Amino acid sequence: MRRLFLWLPLAVFVLFVAAVAISLRKPPDTDIRSHMIGKAMPDFELRPAVANHSPLAAADLRRGKPRLVNVFASWCVPCKAEAPQLMALKRRGVPIDGVAIRDRSEDVAGFLASWGDPFERIGADPQSRVQFMLGSSGVPETFVVDGRGVIRHQHIGDIRPEDVPEIVAAYEAAK
Amino acid sequence: MSRSVLVLIAMALTSPAFAQSSLPPSRYAYTQLEDPAQEARARALMETLRCLVCQGQSIADSDADMAGDMRALVRERVKAGEEPEAIRRWLIDRYGAWVSYRPPVEPLTWPLWAAPLLLLAAGLYLARGRFRRKRF
Repeated sequence: MRRLFLWLPLAVFVLFVAAVAISLRKPPDTDIRSHMIGKAMPDFELRPAVANHSPLAAADLRRGKPRLVNVFASWCVPCKAEAPQLMALKRRGVPIDGVAIRDRSEDVAGFLASWGDPFERIGADPQSRVQFMLGSSGVPETFVVDGRGVIRHQHIGDIRPEDVPEIVAAYEAAK
Repeated sequence: MSRSVLVLIAMALTSPAFAQSSLPPSRYAYTQLEDPAQEARARALMETLRCLVCQGQSIADSDADMAGDMRALVRERVKAGEEPEAIRRWLIDRYGAWVSYRPPVEPLTWPLWAAPLLLLAAGLYLARGRFRRKRF
């Protein structure tokens, strides 16, 4: 019994090294999922981010039909990469609203002119307040909101072509 | 000559991979609150909140735009009289316990909180013989 006890520190050490080695091989998961999924969209009212779009308020997201809310910014490079996928979703009849994070009106207008405009409404969030309300930790992120204003799905990062079916499925499921 | 000029121009034109916005920072991102007691409370909270885009830094340490906006959020709410722990809870409700550097006491973290007590108990158990011998 006492002999066995002497080996205990070594056994603990070996276990520790094994745990570290296994964790090192796993790619780190840096996504921070929002805890607002399944909860009601918090109340907010945003000014329009550009002149030719309507402003966005939480009330616009509970009008009986599901919608996508795309959190983006003109200064965000992956947002440009996902623009074609948002346009494809729009062509499929998925309504999309935008929240422009820490952005200037002229920059948003330039972004839409260069990369396409999939948005119906765009709210300006100059201090990231709505982003914090949503539990969103970066740009771009896309939320599926059902017709009663409940957040159903969150996509973190740019929407790649292979992500489109998953988002369409989440949109259909929210109907 | 022309090549070095080109290189200089290219260097001047690059922007960091994680571009930041061109908007000036929020009012309270880099400005302390007028009331030192409130600022101290806000500061203590900011040092225990994790920056979301620069993981591993507190929002007090980070120069990311988003950390600046989080500092502004904390300072404005403290200024409005909100308790720092209520602000922490508000953020945990949205981002999970991950956003806070102070781990909550819950089943998942029981080992974390129990470990010091268990180690102390084990230490006392091991040292017990020594204390006994000293008495002789």
